[in-house]
Amino acid sequence: MKMLKSCLTGLALSVAASVAPAAEVEVLHYLTSSGEAAAIDVLKKYLKGAGHNWKDFAVAGGGGESAMTVLKSRAISGNPPAAAQIKGLDIQEWGELGFLTDMDAIARAGNWDELLPPVVSKVMKYDGKYVAVPVNVHRVNWIWANPEVFRKAGVGIPTTWQQFLEVAPKIKAAGFVPLAHGGQAWQDATLFEAVALGLGGAEFYNKAFVEHDDATLQSEQMVKVFETFKQLGDYIDPNASGRDWNIATSMVINGEAAMQVMGDWAKGEFTAAGQQPGVDYVCLPAPNTSGTFTFNIDSFAMFELNDEQRAKAQQHLARLVMEPSFQKTFNLNKGSIPARLGMDRAPFDSCAHASMDAFVASASSGTLVPSFAHGLATTSQVQGAIFDVVTNFFNSDMSAQDAVAKLARSVKAAQL
Amino acid sequence: MNNIDAVQTLSEAKRAPLARIQDRLADWLPKLVLTPTLLVVLVCMYGYILWTGLLSLTNSRLLPVWNFIGTGQYDRLFDNDRWLVALNNLVLFGGLFILVCLALGVFLAILLDQKIRQEGALRTIYLYPMAISFIVTGTAWKWLLNPSLGLEKLVHSWGFDSFSFDWLVDPDRVVFCLVIAAVWQSSGFVMAMFLAGLRGVDQEMVKAAQLDGASMPTIYRRIILPSLKPVFFSAFVILAHIAIKSFDLVAALTGGGPGYSSDLPANFMYTHAFTRAQMGLGAASAMVMLGGVLAILVPYLYSELRGKRNA
Repeated sequence: MKMLKSCLTGLALSVAASVAPAAEVEVLHYLTSSGEAAAIDVLKKYLKGAGHNWKDFAVAGGGGESAMTVLKSRAISGNPPAAAQIKGLDIQEWGELGFLTDMDAIARAGNWDELLPPVVSKVMKYDGKYVAVPVNVHRVNWIWANPEVFRKAGVGIPTTWQQFLEVAPKIKAAGFVPLAHGGQAWQDATLFEAVALGLGGAEFYNKAFVEHDDATLQSEQMVKVFETFKQLGDYIDPNASGRDWNIATSMVINGEAAMQVMGDWAKGEFTAAGQQPGVDYVCLPAPNTSGTFTFNIDSFAMFELNDEQRAKAQQHLARLVMEPSFQKTFNLNKGSIPARLGMDRAPFDSCAHASMDAFVASASSGTLVPSFAHGLATTSQVQGAIFDVVTNFFNSDMSAQDAVAKLARSVKAAQL
Repeated sequence: MNNIDAVQTLSEAKRAPLARIQDRLADWLPKLVLTPTLLVVLVCMYGYILWTGLLSLTNSRLLPVWNFIGTGQYDRLFDNDRWLVALNNLVLFGGLFILVCLALGVFLAILLDQKIRQEGALRTIYLYPMAISFIVTGTAWKWLLNPSLGLEKLVHSWGFDSFSFDWLVDPDRVVFCLVIAAVWQSSGFVMAMFLAGLRGVDQEMVKAAQLDGASMPTIYRRIILPSLKPVFFSAFVILAHIAIKSFDLVAALTGGGPGYSSDLPANFMYTHAFTRAQMGLGAASAMVMLGGVLAILVPYLYSELRGKRNA
C-alpha cells in the first residue's frame, strides 16, 4: 500500500513537473484551407519557440459557423479555449457576456494604439479595452477579372455599374459568363454591398447599414440600388445556386467567366493556380468604389482563463500575433493586408499594394466602411435580416419597392 | 391449528432473510433497471423540451439569458417572412412526400405481392435507399438534378437541346426536388410495410370474393386495401415525422436555396438558434415544430390507447 502511494505521488509529481513550465495555448480557428493552414502554422512555430504548447482546435467550415457552435458549448461548460477566431461585432457580443479578458497591459507595452489604425482598434476593444488581436484586413469591394475573356469579347473592364451593364451583354453574347457568382446568402450580400456602396457612396452606406436610418433604408437611392442589383442577375449563369465562392473564382481562372466581385481572399485561389496579378488576372476596385474601402478584419478574441500559466501563454500569443513577421507571412498566404501599419511593403504584390494605399487613403477621407456582409457593420440579427431580404429579392420576382419596404421593416424588427 | 401456524411461521422465519431479500430484489429489479432509461428520457427529452420552452420566452441571443419577455419571440416569428416560407414549404413538401410515398409504396407492394420470381432480391433493391443517410441522398440528387451536371445535360448530349429540367435552381419549383429525393429514399420502406400488411390479409376472404365473381381491382379496392387501414396509419405517422424533422436533406440538396426558397422549419431553427445568435427566436420555432409533431402524435396515441382498451 505504501509503495503504491509513493508510486502515485511520484507519478503525480512527474506529471506536474512536466506540465508546469510549458503552458498550453488552445486556439479555436477555422483557418483550414491550404493557404490559411500554412499561415497559422507560422504562429504555431513561433509559439513553440517561446516554449509554449500549441493545442490546435480547428473546426472546418469557411464561414466559421460550426466553429462558433463548438465555441458556445465550450464557453457554457466553463472551459473556453485561450483564443478563438471571432470577428466584428461578435467580439462585442462575447464581451458583453463577460467571457473575454482584458489585454490592455500587453497592448500598452506593444504600443498597439499607435500601430493599429483607429478603425481596426475600435473593433478589437470592448468597453474601451483590448480583448482581441487583429491578424489582417481584407478589402471586400474588389472585382477579379480575366483579361483574356475581356479581350475575346472586345470590351474593357467596367469601372462603373453603368459600364458594367453595357459590357455584360456583349460578354454574354461572346459566349462567356459575365459575372461569376455563387448563390449563397453571404455572396449575394457581398455583391449587394458593392452595388450599394458604388451607387450610394460611403455616407449612404454608413447611414443605411451601420446606423440603420429608416429614411435612408426607404430612400429612392435604395430602390435604385435594388434595381441595379437585380439586373446583375441576368449576367450570372443559371447554375450559380448554392455554388461556393472558390468554385466561382475558378470559373474566372479557367476563362469560363469574365469577372467576380469578391473580397481579396479570392487572390489565394489565383495564386494557388499559379497565376500572376496584372498578367493572368486583374484586380480592380468594384465598380464606382475606387475611392472607398469595405473592410473585413479577422481577429483572435482572448478568453478569460483562471490558470495563471495558461494566461501567460495566452498573452504571449497576443504579442506574437502583432509581430511583423507573423503579420507578413500570414497575410502573404491569405491575400489580405497586415492589420498593423508601418510594415515593409516589398514582399506583397500589386493587388496588396493597391489595397494598402486605398486603406490609408480612405481612412483619412472617411470612405472606409465596415462590411455588413461579413459581420463588421452590424449585429448578427440585423445582418441576418438584411441577408434574408437581399437573397430573397435576388431569387424571386419581388419588385424593388417591395424589397425596400421589407428591408426597412425587417431591420427595424431585428433591432428589437 | 395454532401449532401448525406456529411451525409454519417458524420455518418461514428460518428461510426468511434470504427469501425476503430475493423477494425485494424481484420487486425492485424492474424499477432499478428502468431507472437510468427513465432518468435519461425525463432529463434529455422532457427536461430539454421544458428548457427550450422557457428559452422561447426570453430574449436570449448568443447564449441563454433568463430575461423573460413573454410571447415576443412568437410574434417576431410569425412576422418573419422566412419562417412563413419555411412553414409553407413544409406543408407542400410534407403533403406531397406523404402522398407520393404512400401511393408508390402501395403500388410497389401490390406488384411485389404477385408471387413473382426473385421477390427477395427486388425487395432488397427497393428497400436499400432507406439504409443511406439523407446527406448522401441529398448530395447524389444534387448532382443528378443540377442542370449543368445531371439529367438536363445528359438529355442535351443526346441531342434534345430544348429539354429543360432546372427545378433545382428555380425558386418556385425547388421544393419538388426535395420531394423527389425524399420519395426515392422512403418509398421502399413504405413498400415493405405494406408488403407485410398484404401478407397478413386473410386469403379466405379473397377467395370468397373471387368465387362471388369480383374482379382483381375490385378485390383490392373493396377488401384488401381497406383491411390495410392500420398500416396506412402507421406509415402516415412515420412519414409525417420524417417530413417535419427533415433537415439534412435540405442542407445537402439545396442548402436552403435559391435564396431561402427551400428552407424547412428545422433549417430555420438551426440557422437562427446557432449561427445567427437568435436563440430565443430559434427556441420559439422549435416549440412550434413540437406543436406540429404533437398535433399528429396525440390523435395517433389516443386512437392506439383507446383501441387497446376496447380489445
